Amino acid sequence: MNFTPLFKPKTIAVAGVSLSNERHPANVIYNKIHLRYPVKVYPVNPKGGAFKRDRVYRSMDEIPGPVDLAVIAVRADHVPETLSQCIRRKVGGAVIVSGGFAEIGRTDLQEEITAMAREADFPFIGPNCLGIYAPGHFDTFFLPGERLVRPNPGHVGFVSQSGGVLVDQMVKFTEQGLGLSLAVSIGNKALIRELDLLRHLAADPETRVIAFYVEGFGRNEGRAFVELAAAIPKPVIVLKAGKTTAGSRAVSSHTASLAGDYQVFSDVLAQHGIVEARNEFELTCFCESLSHYPRAIEGRVGIITVSGGHGALASDICADLGLHVPRLSETVKGELRAGLSANVRDIASLENPVDLTGSAVDDDFVAALTVLSEAAEVDAVLLLLLPYSPGISSDLGARLSYVHQQSGKPLVAYVPHVEKYRILIEGFELNNVPVASSIDGAAFMMEAMRRCRPC
Amino acid sequence: MLSPDLVGIIEAARPHGWVLEPEALRLLGMAGVRVPRFTWARSLPDALAAAAEIGYPVAAKVVSPQILHKSDVKGVQPGIADSRYLTDAYERFSRLPGFEGVIVAEMLSGHELIVGAKLDFQFGPVVLLGIGGTAVEIYKDTATRMAPLKASDVQSMLTCLRGSRLLTGYRGAPAVNRSKLIETVLGFSELVMALGDRIDSIDLNPVFCSSEHCVVADARIVLAPATRI
Repeated sequence: MNFTPLFKPKTIAVAGVSLSNERHPANVIYNKIHLRYPVKVYPVNPKGGAFKRDRVYRSMDEIPGPVDLAVIAVRADHVPETLSQCIRRKVGGAVIVSGGFAEIGRTDLQEEITAMAREADFPFIGPNCLGIYAPGHFDTFFLPGERLVRPNPGHVGFVSQSGGVLVDQMVKFTEQGLGLSLAVSIGNKALIRELDLLRHLAADPETRVIAFYVEGFGRNEGRAFVELAAAIPKPVIVLKAGKTTAGSRAVSSHTASLAGDYQVFSDVLAQHGIVEARNEFELTCFCESLSHYPRAIEGRVGIITVSGGHGALASDICADLGLHVPRLSETVKGELRAGLSANVRDIASLENPVDLTGSAVDDDFVAALTVLSEAAEVDAVLLLLLPYSPGISSDLGARLSYVHQQSGKPLVAYVPHVEKYRILIEGFELNNVPVASSIDGAAFMMEAMRRCRPC
Repeated sequence: MLSPDLVGIIEAARPHGWVLEPEALRLLGMAGVRVPRFTWARSLPDALAAAAEIGYPVAAKVVSPQILHKSDVKGVQPGIADSRYLTDAYERFSRLPGFEGVIVAEMLSGHELIVGAKLDFQFGPVVLLGIGGTAVEIYKDTATRMAPLKASDVQSMLTCLRGSRLLTGYRGAPAVNRSKLIETVLGFSELVMALGDRIDSIDLNPVFCSSEHCVVADARIVLAPATRI
């Protein structure tokens, strides 16, 4: 199946646009594409007529020229007819927004449209979904644009069984300054499923990290998914819901009882190097971190701080996550001491965490990061940057990013996310260094880089 | 591919829905997994003769298609030192429901592990390894991997167990023979792949692992419901 017309359409038809109900989902979708996106869009309604001075087409057949994508938001029992028009008309693909299929027991209707599409090799997303968000290009969400938080174009491809989770995750991604290459809500996933989109995103040059919200796979579908995910070089992250459903089922063997559905899911993901996020915060942190640093590390973390308390908290969280905060060798400590300014040298603690104290100035950070970036005993650096420390200037984010770019060793910074520290944060982010809004977040970003963490 | 003998054992067990222990052990033996020396004795004289041949002490276990969990009905007697003790055990077992004889087996020692498998809906055959024995569901110390396993998968499962250090020679106790254990789990993984969707789940529990050997002392093979075949 060719997914290009689905995700990169030049022309879109919206089926179901109402001439009387402004708030009809099809109208919301038509309006937003018409007004805000660089795509030609046609309204379709069997009644014809005019909508906001534009001609309404009675069917797909009436539309002049090629149609790449049809967004179908008609009543469920009208979907087969609309779909057959699309197939006959050689539309490139469809998003079926309409509900009223398997989710309410109408598996017959869902099977009917799926069989039609399969026979015609016609790709569709849904039914019962929000569909596609392609930043800067178009979206098929029936949610008014002003209600959405829209992440910028970026490098995370996100596929969600739930539209609600997807929209909420877009808020979280935006808060983190994380951009999307493509987001798809697959709803009932009657035809196009996780595995198809994993394959598509693996080949998509804009996508560096592929993330999923999964409720469950079909019979043996999980096997194909993990095998493919293990074979592609891009990091794959999965957030799983429904961790506690099995339990009550009567089982006759210890193995069936011990290897519950979720336990198997979690262990098998780890076995294949797929990163499991336990909640949406982890999902956001993991996406941010792995879109910068796709290569796996062992997890020997060097910590630089200006506050002993922050260093201790970060060490505790790292240890909890199974990351190692190793003691530094005398050689490295000597190099650190030699690099620091005279009044910091004698009061700084050169154990790991390296505590530069509140007397530290920009040059001390640069010196400390330079040494740790070159020290083989740590494979990533966590920087706790507290901008209220008086020696820190607004240039420091950018300066430290340059040190990172020299060595290539993964660097994650924690800077409190408030507006007045924005220039520091952007100094990192615009230079490709991820910044967390909490110590936990920074530690999760480190944890993500371990990639394969079977336990 | 499964040999005809192996398929025969599975097919013969269909009416019960699971494979009786002596047949399960025979199946594992045929598949190259090490099991103890044992005899399925249908009479007391047979049992006594088997014990004499194996040499005391022996273990005796009830065989009954009605008893899936033998320990729950006191159907397992390890450490039988002589013929009088064996006679007692035999008579006690013979009063259990569905009695079809006893297994007389050599006594084994070592760490008790569980090696299991199940046919997972989403991932197909998976293999489990953990700290075994009768308290297996209390400790719940297990790791699962999708089959077929590689040696590195077994290594990582061992690392992941909370009780991992028990197996590597904790406080003077001998470590388990890692290569024998890996060989056992990999052999089992191959068998599980070959059995495919014939099974629902398998428990090998306990598997006795010492510094010398890794032997499957008990096996429970639960078959898939017939409708799935």
